[in-house]
Amino acid sequence: MAFLRYSLAAPFVLALILSAAIFSGPSALAQVAVRGETVHTMAGPPIKDGVVVIRGGKIEQVGPASQVKIPAGYKTLSARVVTPGLIDAHTVVGLAGYLNQPHDQDQLESSSPIQPELRAIDAYNARERLIEWLRGFGVTTIHTGHAPAALVSGQTMIAKTRGDNIDEAVITPSAMIAVTLGNAGVAPAGRAPGTRSKAVAMLRAELLKAQDYVAKWNEAPADKKPARDLRLEIFGRVIKGEMPLLVNVHRAHDILAALRVSKEFNIKMVLDGASEAYLVADHIKAAGVPVILHPMMYRAAGEGENLSMETAAALRRAGLSIALQSGYENYVPKTRVVLFEAAVAAANGLSFSEALATVTIDAARILGISNRVGSLEAGKDGDLALFDGDPFEYTSHVTGVIIDGQVVSQQSR
Amino acid sequence: MVCALLCAAATALAQDKPQAYTGAEIIPIYGPVIKNGVLVVHKGKIVAVGSVGATAIPPDAERHDATGKIIMPGLVDTHSHIGGGSGGDSSAALQPDVRIMDSINARDTGFQRAQAGGITTANIMPGSGHLLSGQTIYVKYKDASTIDDLLIRDAQGNIAGGIKMANGTNSIRSSAPFPGTRSKSAALVREMFVKAADYRDKVRSARAGKEKMPTRDLALESLADVLEGKRVVHYHTHRHDDILTALRAAKEFGFRIVLHHVSEGWKVADEITRAGAPASLTVVDSPGGKIEALDASFETGAALERAGALVGFNTDDYITDSRFFLRSAALAVRAGMSREKALYGLTMAGARMLDLQGRIGSLEVGKDADFILLSGDPLSVYTKVLETYVEGVKVFDRANAKDRLYAVGGYGASRDQVVHLHEEEDR
Repeated sequence: MAFLRYSLAAPFVLALILSAAIFSGPSALAQVAVRGETVHTMAGPPIKDGVVVIRGGKIEQVGPASQVKIPAGYKTLSARVVTPGLIDAHTVVGLAGYLNQPHDQDQLESSSPIQPELRAIDAYNARERLIEWLRGFGVTTIHTGHAPAALVSGQTMIAKTRGDNIDEAVITPSAMIAVTLGNAGVAPAGRAPGTRSKAVAMLRAELLKAQDYVAKWNEAPADKKPARDLRLEIFGRVIKGEMPLLVNVHRAHDILAALRVSKEFNIKMVLDGASEAYLVADHIKAAGVPVILHPMMYRAAGEGENLSMETAAALRRAGLSIALQSGYENYVPKTRVVLFEAAVAAANGLSFSEALATVTIDAARILGISNRVGSLEAGKDGDLALFDGDPFEYTSHVTGVIIDGQVVSQQSR
Repeated sequence: MVCALLCAAATALAQDKPQAYTGAEIIPIYGPVIKNGVLVVHKGKIVAVGSVGATAIPPDAERHDATGKIIMPGLVDTHSHIGGGSGGDSSAALQPDVRIMDSINARDTGFQRAQAGGITTANIMPGSGHLLSGQTIYVKYKDASTIDDLLIRDAQGNIAGGIKMANGTNSIRSSAPFPGTRSKSAALVREMFVKAADYRDKVRSARAGKEKMPTRDLALESLADVLEGKRVVHYHTHRHDDILTALRAAKEFGFRIVLHHVSEGWKVADEITRAGAPASLTVVDSPGGKIEALDASFETGAALERAGALVGFNTDDYITDSRFFLRSAALAVRAGMSREKALYGLTMAGARMLDLQGRIGSLEVGKDADFILLSGDPLSVYTKVLETYVEGVKVFDRANAKDRLYAVGGYGASRDQVVHLHEEEDR
């Protein structure tokens, strides 16, 4: 059995070596231009016959071909449709690998219900083949980390879908603290938290301790600071408003419980999954909390049994800030693709540009990285996806992907 | 289902007068697309199909304007797990006596969703955790309150269905009576068929008056059906060598086989074609999730089409949602399959895999009036299934609020849904 596994892995390893060779080329300072029949900049109306000029990994100019000239010596690609590189606002790839064997599944530590000190960067495998898979479909940035099922499972991270290691890939090493409420956050029988109420009580107790810890640190003189506590230190950043809790929750009443905690401690929060958000959209809006919504094709079962393909549209109409995610899959398929999920949102109530925003600029804003990615504007990262037709059509293809000015894929996918 | 009375009334109405759907673009599957077409159905059967003007519409027919819409046959899903059914238990690796029909909840909302996806016929199967997990059933997705309402029967009244087998890792477990290796899996299957052949021979001999009829054995009885070609083996298989192992067994014992999932089918497309084995593909959004599916590809459909194999599709619902069945074919087209063969794969190929090609799978006079109305190109993400008809009866109408709830989801859309076991395994 072991032999078979290794022999199967061999071509995969070879592919990684080859891709490593591509990445390590002298292309960091590449000068690239892309000409598109339609360029969706997400920073204004689409540009017909548009040009995006990239230099040193950053976008230098964007505009109609009549106004923006491609400098001599630039590698030039063409496409029917050009969009910003896509952003997957929540996934677990890089921690959860495609083999789905114990040695490539680091998305959940179940030894204790509250472990915010666990960092995604300490498990992220930049060479994971699922990352390559997402990249092939235009996904250039991922917010990844721990899977739902523990009350507090760890710190998420944001990375580009390129690079051989975490340092080359990472944008935000510690983005949010992943929390799960509702039935999914309840521990197996005999262990705490055993109920929804207990889970909320435990989370509140932890936040109280963190408040106390922050106060002690602030009050203590420089030479008498309390001993460092990794757990309270990271929760302290939440208390100080420096990072949000990412709360995976599906039922309407569990969403309200999450908002209650957010208000009590005056902390930033992002809702994750949120199948029944359409029932309590006004409450979410009043709380000013954005939503990273479940995949549109997510299975309607368990706590997500009431999900709807029209929720993205419903939340958008209610004035909420939303992004889409590929989510967590424990079997087959091992990951979803946000391009496909946004397509279903576009077919179920969102306009084309609204749907595209859920996987570009709106996702970037929710993740706090819109200064770098999410739209095609001078000064932002040179991250682009190229298509041979409507990006959302099942039968269209991604024809090129550019990350930080490097052409990372020209396969038709 | 809540509208049992209304539905019954509608059924009666639908049976009384011919119904003519005019002005649609008709994709009949058996022939070229008809631009300005008319489909006439009566008493649950198709009575005319052709272009407007060249097709006689009975004077008493009720006319329905379908201008701007597309009509195609109801979709055929060759592999689904909806209805919360179960197959064999953990007592044996081979359980041919077990019937999934004895465990289906006909009120499961999964059936309503499948109607919303345009599926009218399906093969509902037990899982792949056994070498042989039980007998499958071929059903029509009617509005039903009992399993009997859904069953398809042949002219003699026999219940139509196949048998579910699996090889590779799903059916390998750590302790007996389950196999621990692929070779052991194959050996157990061969031993079973040797016994079954012996039983079949005894029955034949008894029928010829040469010996006493053997004591009735439910397991061997269903296997004898397999060996006589009355029951097709639906074989779950992923890896290229497992595909060949399944084909080897089929050849040795002479049973009829349909390959399911066929993740690495692109590696052995010629062998599959030479064996004459149809392939039913599950199209999922990424490879992996299990080692056998590492090399799963959107391109399998195109590779098998090029080699000349009969290619169909399945939802494997819950693996993919029945409401997205059209998408499976569209993704195969994205990766190089022809549009014509992809649409054939959703309909007629599936009908052939279930031995129902004489009744369903295409819009031809005399076939069952199973058809769908679409808002546009069947392979477009923006297209909606507007109406679904089974034997002339409308079972889904997107304009109906309740049906629309099943189509898009929302509060209460899963009521009566049987929670799938995998949720409990997660915990």
